[in-house]
Amino acid sequence: MTITDIIIHDEKDNVGVVVIEKITPNQDCNCWIMENDKSVTIQSKNEIPLGHKIAMTDLNEGDTILKYGHDIGKVVKSIKKGEHVHVHNVKTKKW
Amino acid sequence: MEIPKSFLGYKRENGRAGTRNHVIILPVDDISNACAEAVANNIKGTIALPHSYGRLQFGADLELHFRTMIGTGKNPNVAAVIVIGIEPKWTKRIVDAISITGKPVEGFSIEGVGDIDTIAKVSKKAQEFSMWASEKQREECPLSDLWISVKCGESDTTSGLASNPTVGNLMDKLEPLGVHLCFGETSELTGAETVCEKRGKTPEAQAKFKKTWNDYNDFILREATDDLSESQPTAGNIAGGLTTIEEKAFGNFQKIGGCQFIDVLEPAEELTKGPGLYFMDTSSAAAECVTLQAAGGFNIHLFPTGQGNIIGNPIEPVIKLTANPLTAKTMSEHIDVDVSKILSREMNLSQAGDELIKSTIRVANGRLTCAEALGHKEFVMTKLYRSA
Repeated sequence: MTITDIIIHDEKDNVGVVVIEKITPNQDCNCWIMENDKSVTIQSKNEIPLGHKIAMTDLNEGDTILKYGHDIGKVVKSIKKGEHVHVHNVKTKKW
Repeated sequence: MEIPKSFLGYKRENGRAGTRNHVIILPVDDISNACAEAVANNIKGTIALPHSYGRLQFGADLELHFRTMIGTGKNPNVAAVIVIGIEPKWTKRIVDAISITGKPVEGFSIEGVGDIDTIAKVSKKAQEFSMWASEKQREECPLSDLWISVKCGESDTTSGLASNPTVGNLMDKLEPLGVHLCFGETSELTGAETVCEKRGKTPEAQAKFKKTWNDYNDFILREATDDLSESQPTAGNIAGGLTTIEEKAFGNFQKIGGCQFIDVLEPAEELTKGPGLYFMDTSSAAAECVTLQAAGGFNIHLFPTGQGNIIGNPIEPVIKLTANPLTAKTMSEHIDVDVSKILSREMNLSQAGDELIKSTIRVANGRLTCAEALGHKEFVMTKLYRSA
């Protein structure tokens, strides 16, 4: 079996989680979608450490981040496909 | 895997079963800690549970204090209890409530006696209790005598991907066998609150959850001075890749698998509706939450962690699991169950759930948890507001 670099919870999700120690810029990554057991690939744009998220699609300011198939926050700075998604470009809609 | 039907526990006078056999010295208030600790130092096989509160509390906060004290004493992991307070009245209230279980319990007050004579008097009783409890033997108990509480901490995205779903898998397998289960962390369901509400088994349970979450959220909004950054999520959560409270909440929620909750419990409240899953209104701070669940009568705890929370509890064994391969490596002395192979897809969720069930039964039978071996005994009372 090829190494899984990124796991995506739900088919609807627009982010995936890095599950190897880190991915490097321009790395071709294998992604596994848990919900339907499908595989997709993506090329990274940044170095992203274990546990951090990667954008699976281009995202604009105001867009909703979907993980577990659910709304987990809003984009506050546009994000390109393959970029690191975290507190610098996503904020809570609560509190 | 065939799930064992029983474990070896300590049968108590009231029909409950313990996974441990502690004799506790319980101070009613902060100023009785010194006495309680001196007694526990004198008499082997006893443990003092010092804490910071118990004076001039009132209203719901005082009721919660009593409920936590009484529930801790009643927990089946406790064989016998000594209660020490500065004044006789509150001490007696706690002693009387614990005595309903039928276990040995005795109260002492310090006022008019002083620490030294109290310590001498209490030590004699503590010695008697300790030697009595030491003869208790483990017996075969049905699996339904397991009351399992869960709470995650220092979570990261690996918690939501693997370690929390492993706990969920265990719940899915043990709930049909009549095991009692409890999750909490009211504030940490923020973002997933409507999804969680729908898991209530009855309209009453759903409405109770909704009110409980709303009340907690209103309280947070009233007291908040910023966006709670570094509190929720914590700096550790953020380092581990969690970005928002909503993301943390959906990860947290994986712990209950596909189960539905029967009822919503007040902090430290004992369940009354039989086996199954319960939600308890608790803080999301680890030691506060586990202390409340132990006071609710739960006798074994599952604690998934991502970045490596190290918490333990004095009376309820806390089993830690992680799916973060770095944490499993760098903090191995704290990790009872390593499920990081889920991330590399060398292990599936059902296999991980089976591993966790095996570990849970071993610990229920007496195997020390990492936290117990390392001496973690965090006993932290929840205080609702300032004292009068």
